[in-house]
Amino acid sequence: MPEARPKTEPSLRVLIVDQNVMRASILEEGLREAGYLNVTVLREMHNLMRRIVDIDPEVIVIDLENPNRDVLEQMFQVSRVVRRPIAMFVDRSDTDMIVAAVDAGVGSYVVDGLKKERVKAVLDMAITRFHAFNKLREELDNARQALDERKIVERAKGILMKQRGMSEEAAYALLRKAAMNENRRLSEVAQSVVTASSLFK
Amino acid sequence: MSDVTTVVGFIPLLDCAPLAVAAEKGFAAEEGLDLRLVRETSWANIRDRVVVGHFDAAHMLGPMAIASTLGVGHLKVPMAAPLSLGLGGNAITVSLRVWDLMVSEGAALSASPRALGEALRNVVRARERANKQPFTFAMVYPFSAHNYELRYWLAASGIDPDRDVRLLVIPPPLLVDAMREGQIDGFCVGEPWNSVAVSVGVGCIVLPTTAVWPLSPEKVLGCRLEWTQRHPDRLQALVRSLFKAALWCQQPQNHLELARLLSEPRFVGAPAEILLRGLSNRLCLQRGGEAEHLPEFYVPAAQAATFPWVSHALWFYSQMVRWGQVAFDPEHVAQVRATYRPDLYRLALADTTDIPSADTKIDALFDGVHFDPDDLPAYLKLLSHS
Repeated sequence: MPEARPKTEPSLRVLIVDQNVMRASILEEGLREAGYLNVTVLREMHNLMRRIVDIDPEVIVIDLENPNRDVLEQMFQVSRVVRRPIAMFVDRSDTDMIVAAVDAGVGSYVVDGLKKERVKAVLDMAITRFHAFNKLREELDNARQALDERKIVERAKGILMKQRGMSEEAAYALLRKAAMNENRRLSEVAQSVVTASSLFK
Repeated sequence: MSDVTTVVGFIPLLDCAPLAVAAEKGFAAEEGLDLRLVRETSWANIRDRVVVGHFDAAHMLGPMAIASTLGVGHLKVPMAAPLSLGLGGNAITVSLRVWDLMVSEGAALSASPRALGEALRNVVRARERANKQPFTFAMVYPFSAHNYELRYWLAASGIDPDRDVRLLVIPPPLLVDAMREGQIDGFCVGEPWNSVAVSVGVGCIVLPTTAVWPLSPEKVLGCRLEWTQRHPDRLQALVRSLFKAALWCQQPQNHLELARLLSEPRFVGAPAEILLRGLSNRLCLQRGGEAEHLPEFYVPAAQAATFPWVSHALWFYSQMVRWGQVAFDPEHVAQVRATYRPDLYRLALADTTDIPSADTKIDALFDGVHFDPDDLPAYLKLLSHS
């Protein structure tokens, strides 16, 4: 993965708020490799406000699926809650960065006045890692779907073999022919066979 | 037009109804729109995904559109609100523990907001004297009608919402659990979440919006101003289809079907029986109690409910100033006015009768303080003395 190595920033306090354990780990690992040693991951949303006050982060990275984004945004408005004012996103003028972040499914908040270049590397990393995670998830979903489809075809073949006394090859050929005639996917036809058979039980 | 998909984001709440109906009952298709709805988990996501163009439009908190136009709290991106997504539909619910304390101070269900507020104030003062932690109230977003309605009632009752209680944000679907776990003592939210709290026995509805401000403004159809300029045809089609869908939602004979549709997990995902309470203006204020008939509790279309009153936008702005979210600036006023777009509403619905010819009106909440949209400083002064 081509990642620009930023200057190490062992002191920058980064907080990751993400209920997805795998994604949080992927990001945390990336940040540590890049020299960010002060990274905290919050997976538990209970007492969010207290935890953030204790951690006193300079940069907060949160996944956009998290309903607690609204909780965070209000906390930042109430100045007495956090020690320093926190701004939304990285820099209000950097629209491209915001678009890239939202596309990747990640939001970030930074302490107001923190230098842009100190934050940019963190957000770049978050965007890259979120994309990597999305890709991974997609591949997993595809693999799972392929597996499910194969299983359903096996079941449909079994039903045909048993109820119509067919060989495995003939059952498979029959399913394929039906799929081609009806212009449907093999797994869809197999699913109808399984559903129909369950109705006749 | 239908070769382009129009993507609209929404939050699972009762007043997403016209959007669901426009998509499911053919009103969007009738206007040549290919409407795709996307359910979102936070108001911040609604805002951000409209801003970056993932959504063409969204079910948006009225004050959120204004905050975005002014660049308060986030990026400055001018928004347009060409249609209101109904009126009312909110309520203030307190935990059973707080309700018991209020009752011991003489509160009764369906009492006036003043009497209920007085009871709550006595409870709050007693806690103060006993050196107990202040109550925690929740609402759904800082720039929301819920925040301002709750604050208005507290302040009018002599309770300082920033000093005497703690106010925090909790997303609607998490409110009932937070109350059950004792994290919060009360909240202001749209339906069905008040009725859910009542039905599971954790809270009691003390004030439906009808008591605080009948026909009060709520959400809008929000889009980037720039999008409305680039796609005038799609915008008009969207406004027309939502207008018709809202009329459909208003019809009592459709309420059962609507409640069932919204109960699906892809929309609100709450029991149809509970959704029906808000739709039919019959709320159970406490568990086991008789359903109370609250005329015009949630109004999707009647009483010009879809008309984007510029005075509503100005009232929201007055509350943003009142609670210190933004400093009053005469230059803001023009920008706020330009966010709500009755002109676009009229353009899209040129063939419809009964559209208000004025853009503003005089309103008053339960305390009778008149809101004159043309003199915000005077209004703010009145509120600070009331």
